[in-house]
Amino acid sequence: MKSLFGVRAWFRSGTPWIWLNAGAIALCLVMVIGVLGLIVVRGGSHFWPADLQQTEWSPESGQKKVIMGELVRAETVSAVMLRESGATVPAELEAVTRYLVKVGNRDLYGRDFSWYMDYEISGWTAPEGAIALERRERGNFYGFPLKLNEGDTLIAEGTAMWPELLKRVERANGIFQQMKDIEKNDISRINNQIEKLRLTERRLVLDKVSDAEMAEFKAQAEAENQVLNDEYAVIQQKLDQLRAESNRDSLVARSAEGREVTISLANIVNAFAPNDMSVWQKTKHYFNGIATFLSEEPREANTEGGIFPAIFGTVTMVILMAIIVTPFGVLAAIYLREYAKQGPLLKIIRISVYNLAGVPSIVYGVFGLGFFVYIMGGSIDQLFYPEALPSPTFGTPGLFWASLTLALLTLPVVIVSTEEGLSRIPSTIRMGSLALGATKSETLWKVVVPLATPAMMTGLILAVARAAGEVAPLMLVGVVKLAPTLPIDGNFPYIHLDQKIMHLGFHVFDVGFQSPNVEASRPLLYATALVLVLLIVVLNMAAIYMRNRLREKYRSDTD
Amino acid sequence: MHSTHPSQQSAGDAPRSLLPTGERRARLRRWRSVKDKISKYGISFAGISVVLAFATIFVYLFSEVGPLFSSASVDQKTSYQSPTAKPLHSNIERYGEIGLTVTADAKLQFFNADTGELKQQVQLALPADVTVTTFAKADPRTGTIILGLSNGQALIAKHEYLLSYPNDKRQVNPKVSYPLGEAPVQVDAQGQALVAIAIQEKDENRMLSAYTADGRLVLSNMVAETVFLTGETTVVRTDYTLPDAPASASRILIDNTFQNLFVADKAGQIHYYAINNPEQARLVQSVNAVSSGAQITAIEFLVGTVSLIVGSSTGELSQWFLVRDQHNNFDLKQIRDFEQHPGAITQIEAEYSRKGFMAIDDKGHLGIHYGTSARTLFLDAFDDELQPQQIAISPINTNFLLLDTKGQMHKFELENAHPDVSYTALWNEVWYEGRDEAKYIWQASAGSDEFEAKMSMVPLALGTLKAAFFAMLFATPLAIMSAIYVAYFMTPVLRGKVKPTIEIMAALPTVILGFLAGLWLAPFVEEYLSAVFAILILMPFMMLGAAYLWRFMPESIRNRFGLGWEAAFLVPVIILFGYLAVSASPVIDNAFFDGSLRQWFTDNGINYDQRNALIVGIAMGFAVIPNIFSIAEDAIFNVPRHLTQGSLALGATPWQTMVGVVLPTASPGVFAAVMVGFGRAVGETMIVLMATGNSPVVNFNIFEGMRTLSANIAVELPETAVGSTHFRVLFLAALVLFVFTFVFNTLAEVIRQRLRQRFSNL
Repeated sequence: MKSLFGVRAWFRSGTPWIWLNAGAIALCLVMVIGVLGLIVVRGGSHFWPADLQQTEWSPESGQKKVIMGELVRAETVSAVMLRESGATVPAELEAVTRYLVKVGNRDLYGRDFSWYMDYEISGWTAPEGAIALERRERGNFYGFPLKLNEGDTLIAEGTAMWPELLKRVERANGIFQQMKDIEKNDISRINNQIEKLRLTERRLVLDKVSDAEMAEFKAQAEAENQVLNDEYAVIQQKLDQLRAESNRDSLVARSAEGREVTISLANIVNAFAPNDMSVWQKTKHYFNGIATFLSEEPREANTEGGIFPAIFGTVTMVILMAIIVTPFGVLAAIYLREYAKQGPLLKIIRISVYNLAGVPSIVYGVFGLGFFVYIMGGSIDQLFYPEALPSPTFGTPGLFWASLTLALLTLPVVIVSTEEGLSRIPSTIRMGSLALGATKSETLWKVVVPLATPAMMTGLILAVARAAGEVAPLMLVGVVKLAPTLPIDGNFPYIHLDQKIMHLGFHVFDVGFQSPNVEASRPLLYATALVLVLLIVVLNMAAIYMRNRLREKYRSDTD
Repeated sequence: MHSTHPSQQSAGDAPRSLLPTGERRARLRRWRSVKDKISKYGISFAGISVVLAFATIFVYLFSEVGPLFSSASVDQKTSYQSPTAKPLHSNIERYGEIGLTVTADAKLQFFNADTGELKQQVQLALPADVTVTTFAKADPRTGTIILGLSNGQALIAKHEYLLSYPNDKRQVNPKVSYPLGEAPVQVDAQGQALVAIAIQEKDENRMLSAYTADGRLVLSNMVAETVFLTGETTVVRTDYTLPDAPASASRILIDNTFQNLFVADKAGQIHYYAINNPEQARLVQSVNAVSSGAQITAIEFLVGTVSLIVGSSTGELSQWFLVRDQHNNFDLKQIRDFEQHPGAITQIEAEYSRKGFMAIDDKGHLGIHYGTSARTLFLDAFDDELQPQQIAISPINTNFLLLDTKGQMHKFELENAHPDVSYTALWNEVWYEGRDEAKYIWQASAGSDEFEAKMSMVPLALGTLKAAFFAMLFATPLAIMSAIYVAYFMTPVLRGKVKPTIEIMAALPTVILGFLAGLWLAPFVEEYLSAVFAILILMPFMMLGAAYLWRFMPESIRNRFGLGWEAAFLVPVIILFGYLAVSASPVIDNAFFDGSLRQWFTDNGINYDQRNALIVGIAMGFAVIPNIFSIAEDAIFNVPRHLTQGSLALGATPWQTMVGVVLPTASPGVFAAVMVGFGRAVGETMIVLMATGNSPVVNFNIFEGMRTLSANIAVELPETAVGSTHFRVLFLAALVLFVFTFVFNTLAEVIRQRLRQRFSNL
C-alpha cells in the first residue's frame, strides 16, 4: 500500500471515491461562501470613498486628454478578442489590461463609464484637491473647484473655499429637505382632500340623492375646494421661494480635461475630496454612506440614492403576511394533527398540503392575480368603491394582495413546521394532562400548544424568510419599480392596503435588468442584494438555532 | 382549573368545604365543555377552510383554462322580414344595432338589426338599362364594396358607422361615401359586361380587377388624391391587362399588399398572378383546389389577406396560402382541411380580427371554423324552415345575421371566445401564415389584428426541460455525492457546521442568484470560458491528485485530521485550482483557440449567447443542490446502523459498505430527492428570467438560452387582457406547472414514506 505504485490497490480500497465525495461537498461550500463573499465584498465596498485617479490618455486616433475618475476594475483580455471587436491593438501585444473608469460628468461626456487600454495611458496618480460631487441629477461630478459664488458675487476661491462650500451645501440640503417635507405632507394632504371631495360627489350621484341635497353638497364642496386651493397657492408660493433660495449659491468647477462647469448647490447632495481624506474621515464617510443608502429614497431611475422605500415595502408586506399566515397556519396544523379523523383521506390531504410548498411560486402569483386581484378585488370595488370606478381601488395589484398571495404561498411552511412541533411532544405529557381531568381543548391550549410554540416560531421565521426573498409572484400581484408614496403615511386610513409597494428583491431585478445604466447601478445592486441576503440569512439562522435548541430540549425530555 | 379557590360565600355557617358547591361545579363543567366545543369547531373550521383555500387554487386554475376548449354556441335572438329577399351582400356593425343589405338594383339599405325597420336607404348611381352583374368587397374592415355592371362599369362605395352620444346614449349612424366619385367607374374600356370583379384598398390607393364577358382579365390602379385646400378629389388611374386569362372566372381576389391576385375558375382551379409589378404581371401557377369533379363554390381571404379559404361543391373546406421555397419562389399550397360540410359551400364569411370564418352550405348547415387551430367549433343545421342563404358576422364576433332562403332575416348571438387554441395548436407543429413549413413557435401577441397568434407550448415546455436538465446535470452529482459524504464519512464536528451552511444556501433568494448569474457569472463565463471548462472537467482529477498526495503527508498530521476531514483539506485545493485555471485562461485561449474560445465557437458554427443554458445550469443547479442534498442526506443517514456495522464487521471497506449496503437501501430516498430537485428546477422563475435571453427557441444547445413556462408567465401575464385567449393559455401554463410539480412531489413523498416504513421494519 505504501509503495508509489500502489495506485491500483488504493483505488480498490475505495478511498479515492470517498475523497471525490468529499470534494463535492467542499465545492458546494466554496460556492456558498463564494457567493456570500462576493455579495458582501462588492456590496460593502461601494460606500468606501475611492481615490480619484488621474491619467493622461493618448488614443491612437485623436487628441491627448487628461481623464480622472474612480477605477472600477481592471481586467486582462486577449488582444485578438479586442481586435475582433474593432479596437486597434498594437501588433506586438498578446494580452491587454484594460481599466473601467467611472469618469462621471455625464452632462459633459454623455456617459459616466469608459474603458481605457493599458497601452494608451500613462500611469495613474491621485491628484490633490480633486473633488467628487454627488448630484441629484446627471450622476457624479469629478473635477477641481475654482470659485464659489453667491448669486453673482464671489465668496471664496481655490482651496480656501472648502469649509465654506461644505457649509453652503448643507444649507442647500436643508432647504431641499424642507421642500420635500412640504411636498410630502402638505401638498399630498391637499390633493388627498380634493380627491376625496370628488369621490364623495361621484358617490352621491351614484346613490341618486335628491337634487336639493346634491346642490347643498356642491355648494359645500365648492367652498372647501376654494379653501384648499387657496392653501395650495400659499404653499406653492413658499415652495417657489425656497427653490429660489436653494439656487442662491453655485460652484464653478473644472473637469479633469479643463472644461469649466457651473453647478448650482441645490443640485449637490454631498461634496467630498477623497484624495485628501484621512482613513478616519473615509470611515466616517463610509458609514454615512451606508446610513444614507438605508434611509433615503432612490434617485435617477433607481440607479442612485437609497433604498428606503424598498426596505419599508418589503417589511410592511412581510409583517402583514405574518399576521395573516400565523393564525391560519397554526390552526390548520392543529386541526390536521389533533381533530381531523385520521385515515387515508387525511393522509392524502396532508401529503397534498406538504407538497404545496414545492409548487412553483409563480403559480401562486398567477392565482393571486386572477383570483385575488381580478375576482375578489373586482368585487370589492363594485361593492365599496363604485365612485372611483373605472379606475380600480382593490381591483389592481397592491400591498394587500401581495401579502395574501405570499401568505398562501408560505402557509404550507407554517403548517409543516407546526405539525412537526406538535408531533414531537411526547404523548406522556398529553396523557398526563388528560388523566388529570383536563378537557381536550384545555390540554391543547395550556399544555401542547405552549410546548410547540418554538416550532411555530420556527415555521413563522422560515415563512417570513421565504416571503422576503420571493419575487416572481410579487411581479404579478403588487410590486412596482417606483412607488410614489409609502404604504403607511399620515393620511387616513394610515395603512393603504391598496397601494403598490417597492420590494428589495424586485428592486434588484428591475435595476439590474431593466435599467438603462446597468454599470452605474451595479454597486448599488450589490448593496441592495447584501441588505436582502443579510435579512434572510439572519432570519434563517434564527430559525435554525431555534429548531436545534428545540430538538435538544425534547431529546432530553423524552430520554 | 380556573376557580379551585375555596368558596367565599359559605364562610360563617355550614361546615367549611374547600370544594365549590355542586351547582357551581356543574356550571363550570358546562362552561368547560362549551369551551371545548368552541375550540373543536373553531379549529376544524379554520383547518377545513385552509384546505379548501388550497383546493380553490386548483379549481380556479381549471375554471380559467376550461373555456379554452369549449366550442362555439349560437343563440337565435330575433327574426324579421329582410328589406330585400335576395341581397348581393349583407353586413352588421360591431354593436349589433345596424344591419346592411346591398340590393341587386344597387341600393344600400341600413336597417335596425333587431327589428328590421329600415333606417336609411342610399341609391348608388346605377345608369339606366344597366344591371349589376357581379359584386365584391375589399377587406371587410374598410367597408368598401364594388358592384360590377353589365356595361363594363363599376360602382364603388364605402360605408362606415359613426358614433355619437346624445344624452349619454350611444347612437350608431351609418354613412356612405364615394372615394372614387359617385359616378360609375369605367373598368373595362371595351364596355363588356363584368363577370367577376375585385377591389382592394390601402389608404387612398385602390386596386381593381375584373373578368370580362369576353374572357379578358383587366387590372386598374386608382390613387385618389385630395387637394388639401379645396377638398377636391382627383383620381390617378393606370390600367393593365393581365396575360393568360383563364377560360372562366367566378371570383377574383387581390391581397392588401397589391402583390398577389387570385382567380378562381369554374373548373375548380385557382390561378395565381404575381402583380407586384403590374407592368410585368404574370401567371405564376394554376392549381386544382378541390377534388376532381368538384367546383369551387366559395373562396374568401382570411383577415390579413394571406390565407385563402376554399369551399367546394362537395362541402370541402381548405386553407391555402403562398409558401416561399428556397429559391424565393412562391407556391400556392394547401395548408389544412376543415371538417367537411354535407352540402356545397355557398358562402364563406371571414372574421374581422382573427383567423376564423363561418361557412354555410346548400343543405342548411352553418359551420364555424378556425384557421390556425384547424378547429371546427360549430357545424349544425337549423330546422327545415331555416335554410341559410347569406350570413354576416359582426366585427367583434358577438353577433351574426343570417338570411334564409325565404327572405327572413335572423339575428343570432354568437359565443366563440377562444377558437384559436386546440390541443393540436398547442402541442403539434403548426403551419403559420408566411412560414415555409409547420413549426413550433411561441409568439403570442403583436399590435395588429392581422397578426396570427402563435401559441405553441412546445418551445416553452422544451425550454423548461432544457433549463431543468442542465441544472440537474450540475446539481445531481454534486448533491448526491455531498450527501453521501456528509451523512456517512464526515466527522460530526464538521457536519454540525456544514448542514446549516447548506440550509442557508437553500434560503438564498433566487432573485439574488439570478442577478449574480446574469450580471456577474454570465460575463465571467464568457470571458473565461476555457477556464470554466477546465474546472468542470479537470476538477475531479485535481481532487484525486490531492487525495493521492495526502498519502505522503507525515503520519502525525494524517492521524490527527484523518477520516472525516477530507473536505476541509480539499477546500484550498479547489480554490487554488480555480484561481490557476482562471489565470491561465487567456494563455490557453491564445495558444489553442485564436485568442478567445467563445469566438472560436462562433467561428465553428456554434451559436453562443452570453446568457445561456450553461449559466442557468450552474445558477439553478446552485439553487437545487440544497433541496436534493437535504432529502438524500436524510435518507442515507437514516439507514439503520446495524446494517452498516454488520457489513464492516464482515470485512468490507467503508466504501464497499457504502456502495453495497447503504446506497441500495437508501436509493429510493435518493431518487425521491432527485425528483423533488427536478420539480423545483422546473418551476423556478427568477433565475431563468434573469440568466437567459428569454427567447423561445427549440434546441438543446448549451450555449443558447431558452424561455421557460414560468418565466413566460412572469413576462407576459401582466401585459395581457383579462379573459383573452393569451391570458387563458398563460393560466394553462401555470396549471401545467402546478400539476407537474405536484405529481412529482407527491410521488417523491410517497416513496419517502415507503422507505421510512422499510427502515423501521429492518
